[in-house]
Amino acid sequence: MAGKHSLFGPVDPAADAGYGEDHPPRMGFFTDTSICIGCKACEVACKEWNDVPATHFDMLGSSYDNSLSLNANQWRHVAFIEQAKPLGEQESGLRRQAVDLGMPGMAPPDGASAAHAGQDDDAGRPDFRWLMSSDVCKHCTHAACLDVCPTGSLFRTEFGTVVVQDDICNGCGYCVPACPYGVIERRKGPEGAKNVGIAQKCTLCYDRLGAGSTPACAQACPTQSIQFGDVDELRERADARLAQLHEAGTTDARLYGHDPEDGVGGAGAFFLLLDEPEVYGLPPDPVVTTKDLPHMFNRAGVAALTLLAGAALSFLGRRR
Amino acid sequence: MVPEATFTSYYGRPIVKPSPWEADIPTYLFAGGVAAGSSLIAAGADLTGRPTLRRSGRLGAVAALSVSMVALVHDLGKPSRFLNMLRVAKVTSPMSVGTWILTLYGPFAGAVAATEVVAMLPARWRVGPLRLAAVVDRPAGLLAALFAPPVAAYTAVLLADTATPSWHAAYRELPFVFVGSAAAASAGLGLVTSPVGETGPARRFAVGGAALELVMEHRMERSMGITAEPLHRGTAGRWMRAAKALTVAGAAGSLLAGRSRAVAVVSGTALLAGSVCTRFGIFEAGQESAKDPRYTVVPQRERLAAGMPVRSGPAAPRTSHPAT
Ligand code: SF4
Ligand code: SF4
Repeated sequence: MAGKHSLFGPVDPAADAGYGEDHPPRMGFFTDTSICIGCKACEVACKEWNDVPATHFDMLGSSYDNSLSLNANQWRHVAFIEQAKPLGEQESGLRRQAVDLGMPGMAPPDGASAAHAGQDDDAGRPDFRWLMSSDVCKHCTHAACLDVCPTGSLFRTEFGTVVVQDDICNGCGYCVPACPYGVIERRKGPEGAKNVGIAQKCTLCYDRLGAGSTPACAQACPTQSIQFGDVDELRERADARLAQLHEAGTTDARLYGHDPEDGVGGAGAFFLLLDEPEVYGLPPDPVVTTKDLPHMFNRAGVAALTLLAGAALSFLGRRR
Repeated sequence: MVPEATFTSYYGRPIVKPSPWEADIPTYLFAGGVAAGSSLIAAGADLTGRPTLRRSGRLGAVAALSVSMVALVHDLGKPSRFLNMLRVAKVTSPMSVGTWILTLYGPFAGAVAATEVVAMLPARWRVGPLRLAAVVDRPAGLLAALFAPPVAAYTAVLLADTATPSWHAAYRELPFVFVGSAAAASAGLGLVTSPVGETGPARRFAVGGAALELVMEHRMERSMGITAEPLHRGTAGRWMRAAKALTVAGAAGSLLAGRSRAVAVVSGTALLAGSVCTRFGIFEAGQESAKDPRYTVVPQRERLAAGMPVRSGPAAPRTSHPAT
């Protein structure tokens, strides 16, 4: 708690938390979803390295997403969205030779749609794309989870990331509703797993960072959709990639969470998306709840005084 | 009514997570309010010579405080986890602030309840250190009353300082709803436990508290936009309707409660029940608002559509992508 930006606005989170001049640069992820192939190597690598128990595995019937959401037992989550939209506007030169693979359609296989299949012209080419995106804790510059934690269990590391100390967390659960992205959660099970009842989320592989290596998910990603590095440098890389995509005609590409002026002061883990954030299950304009905390305490203070005055007035009235 | 807003989501799944809290927490909110209001009533009764109202206020406060502590510890799992919070003081965490408020308030509320019990003992038993009770009595009661209002008010910040749409959007008015509810409920307890000759101030406190609660709840809903919807739907809607009916009935009854003890008891009970319903209703509405992505996406989309994303620095909103 120092400096005028402590609750909101751009800031170096590690310095704001009291680390000296010599703290390492802020580390984070840039997840470029345009090259994600949905292989879930990140999910698996994360579970393996961090010993995250497997709980959810249900056939959810929502494309290939069977891991549900980010939660206590899912620190990377790959979202799959099937859309009846063309695959960007890049001219591959292969269009004429495209072979219809019999992609499952949205309509029953009646004669009319079957007649189009395999046709050579553009009109008959099925408009279809998959969006895949590996979501993760944003390691917010202003992290609501950390702000509201009453035990100091959640803390800011020297790398500017946000980490739970399992042995200090008392399981109060306050961080859970505080996170504007629904990331952190109290571990409910399975029976016998470690840290049941304790808040759990991505640590940005704090242990690996300390040893100078790359987080497990980024290491495992075969397409470099997940890029790990110095946040300032990643922001430049993201801008360059965005310009490249726009130039190539993919006008719906956009960055998400990269802006230090945004509602959480910029995320340490940000994204390049190909559609609106909510399509991927991300809030379109998230804000750290503690931005309004001074105002909230003010209102509560006035309310408390109102109560005191009300009680006094009640006794000052007629005596009977 | 506002037309149903259209919005996009990921398979209709929630974005924010509902709190993992259960009935313990609204119980804690209610009991904390009763405790705070009762300490205020007890101090007033002490200063104006109303012994029964004073006694019921002091004992009621400590009983309600015990209920709220049991609820809190049950929620946390074990008592040592409460103590964990006393190792830090953190102003950005309303739960930490609340823990310290309770730590200031609790001992005085407890002490003054103890002196009240000592005063009830036969005179020949009040020997040795017990004679101190008479000295400590009033100062402890006044200090409990001084620390009581924050106990009633901070719980609103506790809920509002989250990403839970229907709690956060209520942050301006919620503290007033909660202190109103605390006043009405604690006055209700006074009406139930004390003879009509002593309850004049409690009746005024009841009517004032109920009016504050109802008026501010109305204003709150008007300022919440779409996130007011969960307050009218399903279980939360039933709690809120019951809260309104009971609070109105209890307040109306307390206007007449100066004449009949029976009316006082019924009105007081209605006010207590109304406060329970208010706490559960607001709690439930928040939980529901977190489970439906509509309440997260629509308000954020609305401010984006209005060209007013939340940004720090000079107002000029930066758009990194073409508006669609
Ligand atoms: S995304 Fe949520 S859990 Fe992660 S740092 Fe931000 S507030 Fe905390
Ligand atoms: S559950 Fe643990 S990490 Fe989360 S706010 Fe409570 S003490 Fe902090």
